[in-house]
Amino acid sequence: MKQALQRLLGPLTLASMAATIWLGLVVTPPDRVQGNLARLVYVHPAVAWVALYLSYGTATIASALYLWRRTRSVVADRVAHSAMEVSVVFIALTLITGSIWGRPTWGVWWAWDARLTSTAILGVLAIGYLALRRANDDPELRAKRSAVFAILSALNVPIIHFSVLWWKTLHQGATVFTANRSLLIHGIMAWTLLLSFIAFSLAYVWLLRARYRLEVARDAREASVLAEAIAARVLEGRP
Amino acid sequence: MIATARLVAAKDLRIEWRSRVLLWQVVPFGVMALVLSGLALGPTRAGHSSAGPGLFYLVVVLVTLLAVNRSQAIERAAGTRASVATLGLDPAGVFLGKTLALAIELWIIGAVLLAGAVLFLHTALAGSLRAVPSLIATLAALAGAGTLYGALSGESGSATLLPVLALPAFAPLLIAGERAFSAALAGGATGEWWVITLVALVAYLAIGVLLYGVLEET
Amino acid sequence: MTIVELADAVVVSRGFPLLAGVDLSVEAGTLSVIVGANGAGKTSLLRLLAGLEQLAGGRAVVAGVDLARGDRRQLRRRVGWLGHDGSFYDDLSVEENLRFAARALERPTSSVAPALARVGLDARSTTLARRLSAGQRRRLALAWLLVRRAELWLLDEPYASLDDDGRTLLDDLLVDVVASGATVVASAHDPLRTRQASRTLTMAGGRIVGAT
Repeated sequence: MKQALQRLLGPLTLASMAATIWLGLVVTPPDRVQGNLARLVYVHPAVAWVALYLSYGTATIASALYLWRRTRSVVADRVAHSAMEVSVVFIALTLITGSIWGRPTWGVWWAWDARLTSTAILGVLAIGYLALRRANDDPELRAKRSAVFAILSALNVPIIHFSVLWWKTLHQGATVFTANRSLLIHGIMAWTLLLSFIAFSLAYVWLLRARYRLEVARDAREASVLAEAIAARVLEGRP
Repeated sequence: MIATARLVAAKDLRIEWRSRVLLWQVVPFGVMALVLSGLALGPTRAGHSSAGPGLFYLVVVLVTLLAVNRSQAIERAAGTRASVATLGLDPAGVFLGKTLALAIELWIIGAVLLAGAVLFLHTALAGSLRAVPSLIATLAALAGAGTLYGALSGESGSATLLPVLALPAFAPLLIAGERAFSAALAGGATGEWWVITLVALVAYLAIGVLLYGVLEET
Repeated sequence: MTIVELADAVVVSRGFPLLAGVDLSVEAGTLSVIVGANGAGKTSLLRLLAGLEQLAGGRAVVAGVDLARGDRRQLRRRVGWLGHDGSFYDDLSVEENLRFAARALERPTSSVAPALARVGLDARSTTLARRLSAGQRRRLALAWLLVRRAELWLLDEPYASLDDDGRTLLDDLLVDVVASGATVVASAHDPLRTRQASRTLTMAGGRIVGAT
């Protein structure tokens, strides 16, 4: 069953992406105010959601699991590392798609807006996590320090989320629901938006899985190299 | 934990008093950075610029990086790290002690830099003095964050890795400090910016007490 | 009572096996000396026993702490470590360094003066550690160990930088330490000084290859 689902992941991701593109570019009407520019709503919010909550959330939870002795395992560390790498990609996509939307809307590619700035900071933090991993050779120390850093950096996520409420920002407020949970988008646009979230989430899972398998292969290769190094070292000591 | 904190703080402050590294290297760097800030704005704009608080806190953040590096370097001299590790000091106490010592050092440096801001960036004296409480709180929070990120950056590549890790974390404190300073200069309330600083201070102290031991493993 | 038990212990650093499967058993209250060429793994073995290195494979139980599972900090508090380099803070005086160690270990600071007298540094108690000669720094490191009174002493080339008086002092000290029930494991290049050792172990290629 598990293997069947894994085999279906790639095709499902492609199919949902294709459907999102078709619905988003062809079927749905342009927005009354923003025209075709508003079609970015089928990309930017989904990508941002994956970046901030799905991917960074996975990295943070896996890091917490690693730090807690009962659930500490090399799997948790691998998942945290893989998820953080994918986070970098999605945060970059969030900022790029946001800039593309911002240029015609605000007249600038970048504004020192609370949400944009805090998202950019999160991107730098994610890169910092990867730099930290490269600076430590000891596997356990690397895993622990990275885990602590991931949790610390995740404090930025609620700041990003509430930034549009706490400060006056250029970035719009809630995109999908109002404060009392009424839907802001309707009809085919709402369904396309929902599909975009599903499509990008599947893409995230696919990327995470691919990255995780790479990590497993890398660890296996390192173990093999180590075994050879130990054998060579033992030979050193023989007359 | 408290006894260890006092022991470590006293040790760090005594070492700084003897070596005077912060006094002879970090303070001059900070003053020079303020001067360069004024030069970058030019004589006309430097005198009337509202960029004073921002430039001041930017220099404060850079000075904090150097001070954190120095605080961690004390423990990383060859041999010291291994021997001190075998003392089995309570990591939470070590964190609090190093944070306290670093905060005291930053408060002293901050006072010098504030005088420099009045002199070189022409921030009003009365307003600058009104900004002192927020400066004290911001520097304490920077000390907590710096001690934590200093330990995170570890031995290898710490001089280059520390800024990468710590600067994004310092950013909210930079913003809060600058806003509070600007509000103080304008004679307005600094209340909401205090909240950010105090929340950050409490958060870093709590996280440091809980997790410093994980970071300190040799 | 066995205070050290290693079985196929492996320690790795940056992909290189510092220890490539060490088997070792040390009884409490003995003096063991490890000899071997440079790069044989002597320092790495001592660091493993001190809880300063992460066990990457095999089994290691030191002073009751299983290094595969236990808290290395717990072990480190029970050992006395003498490394190659200085063991203390250069900008503190001799006495301040020892007082710091004593307070950290909750030992009485009254133990500092006798330790300094024993190693012949009582006249230099207010000298900053950075101003000591190499031999004097070694004596300060020994004084640090005396203040600690650990149950397991791990000495990495303890005779290095010591003059003849210093070496005699160290020999006498080791006899007293072992007689008081502590265990000593030391590395040395000079086999002549290991006369008083219960056992001499030879290391090569990250393993123990001989014992006498």
